Amino acid sequence: MQVILIIVPVVSLIFAAISGKMGDTSSAILAKSGEAVELVVSLCGIICFWSGMMRVAERAGLTENLAKLLSPIVGLLFKGIKRGGKAAGLITMNLAANVLGLGNASTPLGIAAMRAIAEESADFDGSAATDDMILLAVLNASSLQIIPATAAALRVSNGSQKPFDILPCVWMVSIYSVVVATVSAKLMCRIRRKT
Amino acid sequence: MGFTDWIIPLITVFVLIYAAVKRVDVFGAFCEGASEGLKTCADILPALVLLLVCIGMFRASGAVEFLTDALQPICKALGFPSEVVPLVILRPFSGSGSMAVYNEIASSVGADTFAERVAATLIGSSETTFYTAAVYFGAVKCKKTRCAVPAALTADCTAWIVCGAVVYLFFGR
Repeated sequence: MQVILIIVPVVSLIFAAISGKMGDTSSAILAKSGEAVELVVSLCGIICFWSGMMRVAERAGLTENLAKLLSPIVGLLFKGIKRGGKAAGLITMNLAANVLGLGNASTPLGIAAMRAIAEESADFDGSAATDDMILLAVLNASSLQIIPATAAALRVSNGSQKPFDILPCVWMVSIYSVVVATVSAKLMCRIRRKT
Repeated sequence: MGFTDWIIPLITVFVLIYAAVKRVDVFGAFCEGASEGLKTCADILPALVLLLVCIGMFRASGAVEFLTDALQPICKALGFPSEVVPLVILRPFSGSGSMAVYNEIASSVGADTFAERVAATLIGSSETTFYTAAVYFGAVKCKKTRCAVPAALTADCTAWIVCGAVVYLFFGR
């Protein structure tokens, strides 16, 4: 992270100097800081809502049941968390929301899941990501969506006759990227740990 | 719209009824959880400011255009539509940006063409990787993300080739 945080601005500076886009780059710094605040504010309501609902579900014992139900699958992939615990429940719901294409719902659940993993992982030292965190982030970074609603909407607005005719293509590429991302995350983590 | 519109309201109502049946103090529990959510928001903001600024600088600096030009010859060799290359590069950085690029592509090549289908498939089957990584790792204030970004990028960097091939397989040119 430290390295990326240094390299990206340096590379940007060099390119901005070459392409004469220093003005754009300068205003991007201002604009993006503001956008970060806007993003958090726009997410804040729904994060609070889901956190509230999750707490209600937790009190009612609902999260536990759901997590128990799906723990074989989640437990298979996520090794460092408690079986049937809070993190397992949140991960399940985050992945479910992703599959259904509920982007606005999945991000807050994912954030909550990351924090729950941090709480439950014995080997989390407060700075280095655990394997479970990496896996969750990677799964979220490659699309799991079954129905690409946004892509379809974009196609319709551009005059496509059959916006959903790309569905099989989307699925194949999605499956490909999820598998590649998961496998390479597992492999890379293993190699790094050995060295 | 379709069934996806039902999911959130149904879950909400189901949780509330289930909790009421189990005699949970719904209002109290909700407020407790929601105030925790508020704390989460305040916690992730500082990390997000820095991360989003870095992503924004990279995009504004013209580095994306440079990469696009560099990839042009490879695309020719693979039979990948060169119109879609800017989208491939921009996709991991910006969701709204890639939508704008998609609209440009679609309006220049026309709907239901090879390039348009490749572009739409690409949008439908990927996420804004850097943004997702920033938000997720920002949430736990993780300083060392280890192999997460390289792993996700391995998928992104190869998915576009698969994308072109699959669309070609289903629809031809």
